[in-house]
Formats: sequence, structure tokens, C-alpha cells
Amino acid sequence: MSIGIPVERMDGRAKVTGTAPYAYEHQVADPLYLHLIQSTIARGQVTAIDVAAAEALPGVAAVLTHHTAPRLAPDAPAEFRALQSGEIVHHGQVIAGVVAESPHIARHAAGLVRVTYDARPHDVRLRADHPDLYTPDMVAIGAPADSATGDTHAALASAPFRIDQTYTTSAMFHSPIEPHATTAIWADDLTVYEASQGVHDFTALLAQALGFPADRIRVIAPHVGGAFGSKGLARPHAVLAALASRMTGGRAVKVALTRRQMFALTNHRPATVQRVQLGADADGRLTALVHDAILSTARYEEYVEWVATSSRNMYATPNRRTTHRAVRLDVQMPAPMRAPGEAQGHFATESAMDELATAIGMDPIELRIRNEPSADADTGLPWSSRNLVECLRLGAQRFGWAGRGRRREGDWLIGTGVAAATLPTWFKLISVAYGPSHAAVEHVGNGRYLVSTGASDAGTGARTALSQIAADALSVPLSDVDLELGDNALPRAMLAAGSMGTMVWGSAIVAAAGEFRRLHGTDPRPGARAEGAMTGNPHTERVTIDSFHAVFAEAAVHAETGEIRVPRLLGVFDIGRVVNPRTARSQLIGGMTMGLSMALHESAAVDQHVGAVVNNDFAGYHIATHADVADIDAVWLDKPDPYANEMGIRPAGENGVIGVAAAVANAVNHATGVRIRDLPITPDKLVVSRFAR
Amino acid sequence: MTRTNPVLADIAIHVDGDKRQLSVDTRTTLLDALRDQLGVTSPKKGCDHGQCGACTVLLDGRRVVSCLALAVANDGAEIVTAQGLADGDDLHPVQQAFLDRDGLQCGYCTPGQVCSAVGMLREVQEGWPSHVTGDLAAPVELTDEEIRERMSGNLCRCGAYANIVAAIREAAE
Ligand code: FES
Ligand code: FES
Repeated sequence: MSIGIPVERMDGRAKVTGTAPYAYEHQVADPLYLHLIQSTIARGQVTAIDVAAAEALPGVAAVLTHHTAPRLAPDAPAEFRALQSGEIVHHGQVIAGVVAESPHIARHAAGLVRVTYDARPHDVRLRADHPDLYTPDMVAIGAPADSATGDTHAALASAPFRIDQTYTTSAMFHSPIEPHATTAIWADDLTVYEASQGVHDFTALLAQALGFPADRIRVIAPHVGGAFGSKGLARPHAVLAALASRMTGGRAVKVALTRRQMFALTNHRPATVQRVQLGADADGRLTALVHDAILSTARYEEYVEWVATSSRNMYATPNRRTTHRAVRLDVQMPAPMRAPGEAQGHFATESAMDELATAIGMDPIELRIRNEPSADADTGLPWSSRNLVECLRLGAQRFGWAGRGRRREGDWLIGTGVAAATLPTWFKLISVAYGPSHAAVEHVGNGRYLVSTGASDAGTGARTALSQIAADALSVPLSDVDLELGDNALPRAMLAAGSMGTMVWGSAIVAAAGEFRRLHGTDPRPGARAEGAMTGNPHTERVTIDSFHAVFAEAAVHAETGEIRVPRLLGVFDIGRVVNPRTARSQLIGGMTMGLSMALHESAAVDQHVGAVVNNDFAGYHIATHADVADIDAVWLDKPDPYANEMGIRPAGENGVIGVAAAVANAVNHATGVRIRDLPITPDKLVVSRFAR
Repeated sequence: MTRTNPVLADIAIHVDGDKRQLSVDTRTTLLDALRDQLGVTSPKKGCDHGQCGACTVLLDGRRVVSCLALAVANDGAEIVTAQGLADGDDLHPVQQAFLDRDGLQCGYCTPGQVCSAVGMLREVQEGWPSHVTGDLAAPVELTDEEIRERMSGNLCRCGAYANIVAAIREAAE
């Protein structure tokens, strides 16, 4: 058996030496360089664009504007229709591009382009009393915007214990360390090296936008430097790199976004304002749960994230309401970012649960256990396997939860907090959005097998885990398996999304291996080959297949300055079987580190007047660093989910992110008595509320 | 009259043991010279602003962010990238420790983390104090807190920090 063994990351050697090629780094002959020019207004029209000086600069090959860029398919998503008109829909939108012999010349020339605008008033601020709030038809995952059971008004009115609070979260930015980048060569056919977390879905969108046959587009992405949801789509820079190559006679064109450009051009986690109302009896049983979420979307393209959907089945209660209201702003479209919706939603509900525990005078773990549901209240279906209580109990034991007293060590106030969480498995992404995933198995001779799928590994360890799954499915040693991914010449596979990659692609590999053995037996000839597919999960009509976890945090807050440290973080995960304990742990603590970053640092500073995010680099937009992370660990129950798939694995990675912000907020509250309901939890907020008391 | 033609300068630098001669636009950073002109892509570009550390190389034995160094100002320099730290198939002990401890995920920050760690361990050996060093006169004790502080210029969005610290601790032993 290979599954379950902590195999070393297969691309590790190439990565520690830096020889694994990323999108910008593939060696191509005589490349040109594209630099994008961005709008300095948030809404309006480009009325004139003077490119004469730029075009006259020696070394400039082409300047693309909405006047000169080739026409794209009108039915392509607005997000990718770059340079099709002079209309400005958000600050930092691409309004032109310069292609030149060197990056310096391109950038110099970009500075010579003169743009005149007709600016219109813009609105970039999310607020709960916005006059244009509306109810979306659906949230982006395809669930209803609202849900209601029972009578929440009456239940809240008569509840002995009640919480009614509003929690807010800022827009956040994926910020992979590898900037989005494309190398495009469009001579006869089109070849694209892309920082993509899904080569086939990228191909489909690019083909649609360019109006060019998908089977004449080759997309190659063996290594991707982090994605977190931001590299799933075909972006304007990729579309323009392709067009620029075509306009320059098929020369290779390279483009990498600058760090600053990424804040305007690669989407973001939407900001939220969430009101949570809880009612409970003296035993801590929830008599009502109301979760009303307000969030931002873009005026030009709708994306309403599912912030309150987990409140539909996380806890048992007879009276429940969840709603989503959105407001269209003059901002770039938000998009999924690692644990979309769940990350913001759980911050609100799991903070509120902690507030309720305090109000009742009950242990927060006990409160959650008392409200453990027997079935999925949203669908009425039983759980395939729900072991949240065990996560809480095991975590409590490992963390040393019992007898948690707040304490003071010198200037530091120290407390502990807990949060519980769920991550749904979005099988809908297969049935509705991205279709089946395929894999192929080929015997290349001498007992060696080549396993291929158009999957992606942006750091998840998919390459390694899928090899392990393949080895077991073929009943051969891991050393006899070679695995290829990240290329659209390989069997079609869905993008990495919803933490479902290893699960979905792994099922396709298991199917391909089964088919291979059926057709070719155990002594196959060289060249023998078979394909298999993962087309969906037959059990989703009968059971709900979700993941669960509990997070424990210790917070230390400086009594004078409000500085916040998190000396300990522990996550306990119920994610089915774990294929590779080494890479899975890395993913989970990596997610927890991002959760810590969300809790303490990440915040968009939006200038209302300009309509832009102004802290648009790593000096301004802080993410967690080495110094922020102390004792952090992830453990799991290792209970295979018999309904999830043949391997018994469930979505893993994103779980790491979800519970952390609330656990930290709850620990800070325990340490200080101060409740911060607005992320991130920064020293100024603590100090101000201390004086306000 | 604004100048429109780039100013070029001929320089020679040693990269991972090889002498490389090139003509650089004087605006070119060391990082871009390596990546775009010499095809040495082991150092990564994450921000181009000195804020992420992905471009860290060893320059004359010291760790530097190569996006903040101009190529023209480094004529004659000795540069070692993460690629050059390995001796063929033999990894540098720090690289081996990164593999053993899974101190990487997407790998994009990794060459910079590795070079930074190698440079940092040398600084510690030479007794350079950091912000968290208690006694400036005593030899530096390489605690986890020291490692974290000294590595905080190298961002990792995948969140491999805990494993990187473990790897560095192991390599230093
Ligand atoms: S690229 Fe040099 S520090 Fe980020
Ligand atoms: S491993 Fe991905 S940024 Fe560090």
C-alpha cells in the first residue's frame, strides 16, 4: 500500500534547487515582453488615448488599446474581454498594453501613454444600509440565497439567552508568491505556458474569448506557484499575451503581473457584513439561529459568495433563517479564495457561539456538542460520516483545554479559544460546472506505468498523492509509477477547486486503473493503455458528504500595546482517509497559517475617493510571516468516508483556513475580555476598546 | 529632449561558478539580468520591491534580495543561487532538510528561503545579533525565535513556515 505513507514530495528536489519551471520561466526563443497599463479611475470612459510617443520608442513592437486590439467573442465573460471598449468598470482595469523587446522598454513606453477619461461617480464601499442591496437569484455555488424554517422571531423573543451581533470582514487578496504570468506563442496554433490551477478549464475560456478552436490551443502548467483560487480563470493578461503574439507575427510574448497589478486584476475575497442572532435555552440548546450576510459584488459581473450556507446544517435548531444580500460596487469582481464563504461565515457564527457560551456560562465545547445535529437539516439527509464531536474532544485533550484559565505572564494576557467548522463537498462543481475528470494509464514497458491527467499541483502535493493512489489502484510499487499533470494534451480534468482535486482526479485514476486491468490484465504488453473517468458521486442523493474540524488557539495580548501573538494553534480534522500524511499536514498547517493571517493582518485599505485599494503591496497588505507562526499543528481522525469515493478521502486543504479566525478572536476575548467583531484583530482595536470600557 | 535609447553596459558576473558576460540596460536589476538575460530562473520574482524575499541569492557570500540590486552595480560579483548550492545530485544540507521536513509547497518562495537560510546561518555563526537577541555580546543561540525573526523577510503564502523553521533547525545541528 502506498496510500497512508508519508512519501517525500515528488517535485521537491526541483523546487529546493529552483529548477522547476513556472509559467514565466519556460525558455522560448526571442521573446517580447508585455506590460499592462491600468485605469486610474474606477468608473467612466476612456475618451482619448495617445500612444504616439510610446510607439515611437525604439524597441516597442506594438501598443494595444481598445482601438487596436483584435475583437474578442462578445459572449465571453466580461472579466476576460480585455480592450473591447473604452468603458471603465473598476480601478486598475487594463486599458492598454505595450509589447517591447525588453521589460524595461515596455515599462518605459507604458509611462509615455497619455490617457484622458470621462469619469463618472463611483461607489466602492460596502455598508449594511446601502440603498441598493438586492437579493441574488442564487449564491455562486448554486444554492438558494435564502432559507427559513420555523419561527425565528418568536423563538428569539422568548429565548432565555440571546446573542445579536454584527461581524465584518475586509476584502482579502489571494496573493500567491508567484505573480500571475503567461508565456504565449500564437503562430499557427497557440501555445500558452500559464500559471493555471486548471489547464482544461483555462483552455475552454481562452478558446471562447479568442474565438479559436480549443483543440488548437496547447496549455502547459507543470508547476504553479500558489493559486488559492486566483488562477482558475483565463485572465485579461493571458488573453492579451495571446493577442500580442498574434499581432507580432507569432513571436513569444511574456507577461507577469506586478505585485501591485495583482491587487486590481486577480480578484479578491469579498468583504462581508454579517448579523448573527442566536437564541438558546438554559441548557444551551439553540432555539433559533439567524445568519444574515451582506456582501459586495461587482456592478459589471455578478459573483455572490455563499457566506451563510454552512449555517443551514452546522448545528441543530428548530428555527432557522439564513439570507444573502449583495450590493453591486465599482470594484473588480470578487472570486473564490481558499475556503470561499466558509472563511468569513465561520468567523461570524463561531464568534457568536463563543459569545453565547459566555452568556450562558457554559464551556464553548460543551455548547457545540449540545447542538450537534443528527442529520443535515438543509437536505434532511444523513451524514456520510460526521465526527465533529470527536474532533472537539480529541483537540481538547491534546491542547490541554480543561481548566482553561486566563492568566497573566508579565505584560502578557493569555487566553484560549476554540472554534468548530464544516467544509461542504461541492459535488455540484462536477455535475453543474466543470464536468467529469479523466485519467489514463499506460504500460510503458518493464512493469512501469505512466499515469496522466490534466490535473494541477499548485503546491497541494497532488502530484505525489495521485501517484500513491495510482500505485495502489494498479497494485504496483510507487516506484513503478510516473505521473504527468498540468498539460491540456493530457486527459481532461477539472481545475483544482473546493479542495476536491485529489479526490476527483484520484477517482479518475482509480477508474482508469480498473479499466486498464480489465482490458489488459496483470501482464500487459508495452503500450497498453486505458482511460477512466470520475463523473460524479452516486451517493449524493442519499447522504451529505461534508468535512469537519475543530481549531484551538492560544492568544497572548500585550496589556499596554495591544500586540497580539498566537503561541499555539491546533487543528483536528475529520477529512476521511489521508493519502499522504506529510503533504496533507503541510496543506492543513498552511491553511491554518492563512487563517491566522486573516485573523491578525489582512485588510484592504480602500480609498473611497480614488476608488482603489491603496495598500497594494506586501508593505501595505500584510500577510503572516515566519515571526507570526509559533507552535502550529494539525492532526486528523483518519476515518475513511465510505461514501466519498473508493479511497475514502474527503476535501482537505481548505479546512485549515476556516476555523482559525474565530478561534483566535475567541482566545483574544478570553485573554482580555475584549470582543473584536471586525477582522483583522489589530492592536489599535484592542487598545481603543480597552479605553472605551 | 528625452533620451529614448537604453544605456547599455558590459559586465561580467559569476553565477553558480560560471563566468557570464552580458550587456545590460542600466535599469536592469540583478534579478532580471539573471532571469531574463541569462535564463537563470532559480531566483524568483514575487514582488520586485524587496518585500517578499523570493529573489534572495548569495552575493559575495551574503544574502541579498536581487530585485533591489542593479546588475550594472555588481560587475564582477560572485552570485550563488539555490541551483548552485546543490552539487549536482547532492543537495546542500539546508535543501535536504527542506525536503525531509517538507518545508515547501508550491515551491515558488523556496529557492529564496533556502538561500536566505544559508546566508542567515552564516550571519549567526559570525555572531550578528537580531532584533530578538537578548545579549548582544554573547554568541547567538539559534533558537526557533531567532530563526523566525531572521527569516521573516521571506514570505511564504502557502504557509510552510513551521516546516521551514524545523528544516533550518535540523540543518544547523
Ligand atoms: S522579488 Fe525581490 S523581494 Fe520580492
Ligand atoms: S511554498 Fe508556496 S509560497 Fe512558499
